[in-house]
Order: sequence, then structure tokens, then C-alpha cells
Amino acid sequence: MNHFWIILIGALVGSSCSILGCFLVLRKMSMIGDAISHSVLPGIVIAFLISGSRESLVMMFGAAAIGLVTVFLIQMFQNSGVQADASIGVVFTALFAVGVVLISLYTRQVDLDLDCVLYGEIAYAPWDTLHIGGQSIGPKAVWGVGASFLLNILVIGLFYKQFKISTFDPALAASLGIPVVFFHYLLMSLVSISTVASFESVGAILVVGMIIVPAATAYLLTDKLSRMIIISIVLSIVSSLLGYYVAYLLDASIGGTMVAVTGVLFIVALFFSPKHGVLIKKWSRKKVLQQN
Amino acid sequence: MNWLSLFSDPNTQWILMGSMLLGLCSGVIGSFAYLRKQSLMGDALSHAALPGVCLAYMVTGTKSIFFFLIGAIIAGILATVAIGYITRNSRIKQDSALGIILTVFFGVGIVLLTQIQHSSSGNQSGLDKFLFGHAASMIKLDVYTIAGISAVLVALCFLFFKEFKLLSFDPGFAKGIGLPTILLDQFMMLLIVTAVVIGIQAVGVVLMAALLITPAVAARYWTEKLHVMVILSGLFGAFSGFAGTLVSSMVNNLPTGPLIVLSATVLFIISVLVAPNRGVLAKTRLRFSVKNEHKLFTNKQVKEKSL
Repeated sequence: MNHFWIILIGALVGSSCSILGCFLVLRKMSMIGDAISHSVLPGIVIAFLISGSRESLVMMFGAAAIGLVTVFLIQMFQNSGVQADASIGVVFTALFAVGVVLISLYTRQVDLDLDCVLYGEIAYAPWDTLHIGGQSIGPKAVWGVGASFLLNILVIGLFYKQFKISTFDPALAASLGIPVVFFHYLLMSLVSISTVASFESVGAILVVGMIIVPAATAYLLTDKLSRMIIISIVLSIVSSLLGYYVAYLLDASIGGTMVAVTGVLFIVALFFSPKHGVLIKKWSRKKVLQQN
Repeated sequence: MNWLSLFSDPNTQWILMGSMLLGLCSGVIGSFAYLRKQSLMGDALSHAALPGVCLAYMVTGTKSIFFFLIGAIIAGILATVAIGYITRNSRIKQDSALGIILTVFFGVGIVLLTQIQHSSSGNQSGLDKFLFGHAASMIKLDVYTIAGISAVLVALCFLFFKEFKLLSFDPGFAKGIGLPTILLDQFMMLLIVTAVVIGIQAVGVVLMAALLITPAVAARYWTEKLHVMVILSGLFGAFSGFAGTLVSSMVNNLPTGPLIVLSATVLFIISVLVAPNRGVLAKTRLRFSVKNEHKLFTNKQVKEKSL
């Protein structure tokens, strides 16, 4: 049963992250996912210090708030003339440093392990079960990640057209009367919520990997946004399945192997994609030369 | 604990020395990375070093810093080559390529780390130390290594200043006058990789990225000239190293790495606020003076009309 739960959690994290990842990759903001997953650390610690509980909902609220603050700060520095990537770097490292300092200041009160926050361990997730009326209804992580997955599907599904236009052509979107800034922050809050919901159980690295890699792989395989989203979800599910199997064989970190498998899939797509693959392009160039 | 006894403590002196040199060298290199829009390269490369360090340990079986450095540098070079290859040969943009390499390398690194943990009776405590940084336990030898390598890196930046300047501002022109741009590009990456690798030991993976970015961005606020920016950025880096180490040795229980980063952030915020021309205060003052002039001007016009 644990095998099933772990694969299910991996697949849910993968799907909910890669839906958002598609938009981030297209908006050239992939590293925002990385930034948010690091900068939520002080949010989690502060939420914990204020509420005194490790209740996931409270922490999720704190982390999502800090996630939005991160995005806001990044945007503010960018508008004042700092380059996009540099303002991401300044903001998330500063917030992460604040988080580490807070943890070491309140190290007696805070029962948070830095390694655990960063790496997470999906292997232990199935034992942390949720109880309703004394009856176990499956691991907490499944419910948390599942809820964020449904939220993403719901929001993206409702505003699909708006997200699509403001991603590809923000100027057109603005002229059509779509509140581009609002949708920017909506997307970013979805990213923070999914990041926080996922990484408590699976670790930051798997979250960041699942945001960027399947979406980038799908970007190599298709030119249509709807197909890109579906392909990236399928890819992330496949990677969590294969990744779990590899981890089982090697007795290694499950999150690590899942990310490694997404990397392998990316390399395959990079070379053999029917339209944008390196080898295919080379081959068709040769063919044209021969015809001439 | 008073200040003077702190400075006379040889151990603190070493750590201060090491973190200042590290800040200096990463500030200098970081300003080139910033101008070339590669600030997050430091982040990607410091994560990418993990599999190199693990493999070095697996191959040699020892926890020697020297082999770790070699492993990390090889992994870093591989990562830069891969990032360059992906951005040049596919439709993937640089930010996604950075993210892919960062996560995949780090994921492989974690897999290798768990392998080591399982195989060699848990004798890997040096490895995660290496990644999370342990500035407070730097010894003479570490400081010598950091000092030597930083000096070489700064000297190289000085020697190749003209080439790097050209490459940062107008790579097309650099190629036009016959500079080997791809080679220079890789060379600059090598400098970043080396700086990252010596820095990881002191401040850890995530925070090493900050040392490359924050001083450079802060310095950019003060000047429009590259050589001034590079010098300022180096000074900012050195100062943050100094201040962070000082605070962490005065207050118990605070890790050095995050404090160095926070000192750099404070410098950055000060720069954002008070820098001449580009700072927030200067800009608001300019706006007010323009508004006042406009008011005077319109008042004058009104007066002239009424006359």
C-alpha cells in the first residue's frame, strides 16, 4: 500500500507543479519556482512561532503569504531597474538567510530540520496519516497535495483564456481589458500554494524539478499550450512511476531519482523530439543539402 | 565579549580573513555575471557541484577537500557546458536551462548521497558539511586555500578586464574584432565555478549565490562605470564577509553564512535608498524638483497672462 501512496503523492505533486510550470516556462520565469521554494522558509518559521503548532494549514498560510511578498519584492526591484534574474537572486537568498537565522535563533522552540525542509523525504509521507473520527483516511500529504492540484485545475480551467493571452501577449491582453497584473499575482499565489503544499512532504528539490523540467520537455514536443500542459502532466506521472521504481532498485532517495528521471526524459526529448529535436534538425538539414 | 579580545583571537582572525577574501573575489566576479545577465548561474552551479563532490568521495574514498574541489569543478564545468548547449541548440531559454540543470544535477547528487550513506556505514558527515557551509570551523589551511584561489581569480579578472568588459557589453562586436568569444565565455564560467566551489564550504550552497549577486547589484546603483562598479562590488563583498563573521562570533548560536548574506542585503537596501541618481530618495527628490519647477513655470505664465 505504501508503494501506491508514494507514487500517488509523487504523481500529484508532479501534476500540480507542471501545470503551473508550463506558464512559468513560457513567461521565462522558471526560476521563480526555485526562488519561492527557498524563500517560504521564513514564512513557515514565523507561522510556526506565532501559532505554536505544526498544523499544515497555518504553515501553508504563512508560506503562501511570504511567497506573495517574494514575488512583490522581485517585481518592485525589477521595476526600479534591477535585471530580472538578479532581483530574483537578491530576494530569495535574503529571505532564505532570514529563515535560517530565525531557525537558529529559536532552535529550541522550533522543531524544524533544515535538511528536512530542503530535501524532504517522500518515503516517510505515507505514515503521516490524517484521521477523521478515529478512522484513517490516507496520508496527509495526499490530501494536501491533492487539494492544491484541484485548486490549480479549477483556477487555470476557469481562466484558461485569460492566462493564455496574458502569457503570450501581455500587451494584447491589457488592451482587451484583462487585468494582467492580477493574473500575474494569481499565478504566483498558485505557485506558492503548490510549492508549500508539496514540499513539506517531498522536499524543495522535487518541487522545483517538477515545476521546470516536465514543462520544458513538453515545450520541446509541441507548439500548442493545451497539449503542452497535458504532455507535461503525463511526463511528470511517468517520472514519478519510473523514479520510484529506480529508487526501489537502488535503495536511493525517491525525490532525487524522480527528478533524475525527468532529466533523462528531457535529454531524450532534446535529441529526438520530432519537431525541435537536435538530431532531427541535423538530419533534415543534411537531407536538404543532399537534395541541392 | 568585548571587541578587542575578538580581534586578537587568532581563530576569529582566520575566519574574518577567509570570509573577507571570499566576499571580495565573489563580488568582483559577480559584477561581470550580473552585466551578462547570468546572476543565477551561481545558484545553478553551486547546486550542480553536489554530484561532483559525491563522485569524488566515491572514487577516492577520502574526505579530502582537494578532491572535493576537483570533483565540484568538473561537475560545474559540465553544467555550464550543458546549459550553453541547451540554450544554443534548442528553443529552451536560458532561465529554463538553468533550472533544468540545477534540479537534475542536484537530484542526481542526492541519489549519490543516499548511496554513500547506505554503503559506507553512514560515514559521510563531511559531505553535508561541505554543502551547507561551516565558516565558523574554517582552519588555517582552508583560509590559505580560499586566499590563494581568490587572489588568482581577482588577478585574472584584472588581466582580462578589457576582454571581459567587451564581452559583457557588446559580445557581437567582440566576435567581430576576432576575440574567441566562446572560449572567453567558458573561461568566465570557469572563474564563476571556482569562486562558487571555494565559497560553498564557507557559506553553503544557497547562500553562495547571494555572494555573487547581491554586492554586484548594490554596486550597480552607485555608478555607471565598469571599473568603479567592480571595485565597489568587491569592497561590498569584503565588508559583508567582515560584518557577518563579526556578528556571528559575537552572538551565540548564529550561523555565519546567513549573516554574511544579510549584511550584503543591508548594503543593497541602503544602496537602493540613498544611491545618487538611481536611488529611491534621489529619484523622489528629482520628481519633486521637476514638479516645483513646473509649478513656478505655470505660476509665472499665469502672472504674465494676467498682466
